[in-house]
Amino acid sequence: MRTTVPRFLWVPAALAWLLVAIPVAGLVLRVDWPNFLGLVTTPSALAALRLSLETGLATMALCLLFGGPLAVVLARSSLPGLPFIRSVVLLPLVLPPVVGGLTLLFLFGRTGPVGGFLDREFGITIPFSTGAVMLAQTFVAMPFLVVSLEGALRTAGERYEAVAATLGASPATTLWRVTVPVVLPGLMSGSVLAFARALGEFGATITFAGSLEGTTRTLPLFIYLESESDLDGAVAMSLVLVVVAILVIVVSRTRDLR
Amino acid sequence: MRTRFRAALMAGTAAVLGLALTACGGSDSGSGAQAQAPARTLTVSAAASLTSVYQQLGTEFQNANPGTTVKFNFGGSDALAQQVVQGAPADVLATASSKTMQTAVQAGKIQGEPVVYATNSLQIAVAPNNPKGITSLQDLTKPGVVSVVCAPAVPCGAAAQAAEKAANVILTPASEEQDVKGVLNRVQTGNADAGLVYVTDVKSTAGKVAGVSFPQASAQGAIQSYPIGVVTGSQNADLAQSWINFVRSQQGTAALQQAGFVTK
Amino acid sequence: MSRLEVDVAVTRGSFALDVSVTVESGEVVAVLGANGAGKSTFLGALAGLYRPDRGSIVLAGRALDDVPVHRRRVGLLSQSALLFPHLTARDNVAFGPRSTGSRRRAARETADRWLAMVDATALADRRPAELSGGQAQRIAIARALACDPELLLLDEPFAALDVDVTPAVRSLLRRVVRAAGVTTLMVTHDVLDAVVLADRLVVLDGGRVVESGPTAEVLRRPRSAFAARIAGLDLVPGRSCREGLRTAEGTVIGGVHPEPVADGEPAVALFSPASVAVFRDPPKGSPRTMVPVRLAAMEPHGELVRLRAGVPDDGPGWVDGLAADVTPAAVADLGVEPGDELWFTVKAAEVEVYPAGR
Repeated sequence: MRTTVPRFLWVPAALAWLLVAIPVAGLVLRVDWPNFLGLVTTPSALAALRLSLETGLATMALCLLFGGPLAVVLARSSLPGLPFIRSVVLLPLVLPPVVGGLTLLFLFGRTGPVGGFLDREFGITIPFSTGAVMLAQTFVAMPFLVVSLEGALRTAGERYEAVAATLGASPATTLWRVTVPVVLPGLMSGSVLAFARALGEFGATITFAGSLEGTTRTLPLFIYLESESDLDGAVAMSLVLVVVAILVIVVSRTRDLR
Repeated sequence: MRTRFRAALMAGTAAVLGLALTACGGSDSGSGAQAQAPARTLTVSAAASLTSVYQQLGTEFQNANPGTTVKFNFGGSDALAQQVVQGAPADVLATASSKTMQTAVQAGKIQGEPVVYATNSLQIAVAPNNPKGITSLQDLTKPGVVSVVCAPAVPCGAAAQAAEKAANVILTPASEEQDVKGVLNRVQTGNADAGLVYVTDVKSTAGKVAGVSFPQASAQGAIQSYPIGVVTGSQNADLAQSWINFVRSQQGTAALQQAGFVTK
Repeated sequence: MSRLEVDVAVTRGSFALDVSVTVESGEVVAVLGANGAGKSTFLGALAGLYRPDRGSIVLAGRALDDVPVHRRRVGLLSQSALLFPHLTARDNVAFGPRSTGSRRRAARETADRWLAMVDATALADRRPAELSGGQAQRIAIARALACDPELLLLDEPFAALDVDVTPAVRSLLRRVVRAAGVTTLMVTHDVLDAVVLADRLVVLDGGRVVESGPTAEVLRRPRSAFAARIAGLDLVPGRSCREGLRTAEGTVIGGVHPEPVADGEPAVALFSPASVAVFRDPPKGSPRTMVPVRLAAMEPHGELVRLRAGVPDDGPGWVDGLAADVTPAAVADLGVEPGDELWFTVKAAEVEVYPAGR
């Protein structure tokens, strides 16, 4: 059954849609099509695309590895400070990424408490490394996975897990054979969102990790740098990023609809 | 996701409101200007690296020319030149490179020949007291020295490349920054031991970083020129010219030198 | 032998439960009670969801109090089947054996055997989304029994089923529970579940056991208002006297004593609602026991109309809930409606007085 949408909503709704659609369309029009292929296949562009995809996937894995357990703890445990813990996890969602980058820099930078220790004791420098890119991306992308997974866990409830326990399944068996399969759609869309966020990450990366081709210069950093010198290249790579983003959204949406 | 949507919504609303306010403000100030005929406003589009010097000179200029208001539009040289070419309302264009100024000249947007009134050169920015004992460009290649430069695509990076070539040194920077402030930050936070920046940038930190001069800083292509010119079609061409004269006066020259520029 | 001995006290908010129940090996015991009597709390304590304040749960000689749920060997069947949505019916049934260490093949065989037991072999490869409510509950029965529990808990197992499939699932559950010989404890508010499945009834009220005994016995001679009500009988508590029974505030209800009861002993008077006659005004010179009531409700009851009594002004509280079954014609003659003051009367020969035990 469908209800009728009040007519006065149509105009703002259309404006809202156009606000997103028109700039993207404008980007398509602005692309230097005859040279497009050449622009997006320069060694620097390919290096940036490759680095972005690699670090994005690595970030997704890190989010699953650490954010997944965190979501389970948030959804299932009864720790006293849970609301506080949750709001800290959500912080990167509302924080400007540059601030996130600065906080990482002050902690893991060569003069920071953790970074300084690693530098002195082990000669490990985190800034300017691909690891720093992943760290920055994980910082901003983790909440997306945690939020959607926690939501899925709460929606699924603990009933199935309770039943599994009465059937003799240990907590670990229950986790792998019941909880994970039941929340799999939420886990997938959370991972895809985290990947997408990592792919678009700019502020924290440039602040914390720096910008060096093949090591730390991801696609957004490349586009920003190109916009200073070669606008056509920047526009072409922007379109590549838009296409990747659309693919990611389509993938996550079709999973949701199922 | 929801939070992002909400943030975006707020930003969008702010943008729409901002546009509306700007539109209203524009018409208001227009009628105001007509009401006070003698008052004049000089609009100067200037490179970001000139910000503090120009602001200081602007106040002095206003004091010297009662009834005159100097409005600045600071930004990247490339963007400023583009704006002027597109017809942005400016009376004076002062960029940080001859190349960008040439864009405006070729578009016929500069009256006569622009003049180069100052130059800026590279220095190696290091932590105060120079703990790594860096004295030359060559020292940046020593193992254990983390160096950062500007990306070759931006002017300070191009200058760094020219200096490298002159010194016959190939640097392996840890990062190629978007702009000189990025390089400066890396050195200032201690994450890099050395960075190639301009003398004026070192000066602007008021001692938070030290500058090490090196001979190749004056190599061909490493020097940064500061041209200035009156924009074609300016309603205040006379005022624009007196600003240029003021910048080149003893008073202006002193301020520029104070900031680390070499004046001509 | 899987004898269950439970003696637990649980406090949840303002509700206090204090129950002691024993279920012999292979016996099926139904815990009956009205909503709020403490059935779910009791079951939760048994299943390990709530930690009892005090008490012990001993199953087959093992104390369960500190045993985690997955090692208790206590199966649970609740009103919703809760089949794992990502597994087929067969894999759902095989889940228990797999989780407790069976090899894949052996678990499959066990699952198939139990699917056959619940007449669901044809459903083995279906996913829960493709099953009807009754089918899903049958699979859930198989799943609960396939891991060979020492105790099976049934929590209102038919409450969520369509009325037309309930009888079939109920008799199937009876068949497989009997065949498996599993010690079973069921909580329900439906007397039919108890009649069909249970050897013994335990009646809970206000968090305490008010009555227990063999199913047929309890239903024939209830000693608590709730049991009487579910058995379809009227019950008045009091103390035995020569004429029959004397209530706490002194009303004497004439009755017979089918078994000897000393005067002054706690007792209950039981009579069928069909033996209650209803009058607008107190009949003169009748040997019947007469009780003033305020009509609380009228509901159809087979061919008859059941009149429910409420407490009239200044009347004794025990009349609340008494039922009288009268013909529709009689209702029409009386011209009554809820709120009217009436007299319920019953002949002494129709009233049986039994000792109330505790």
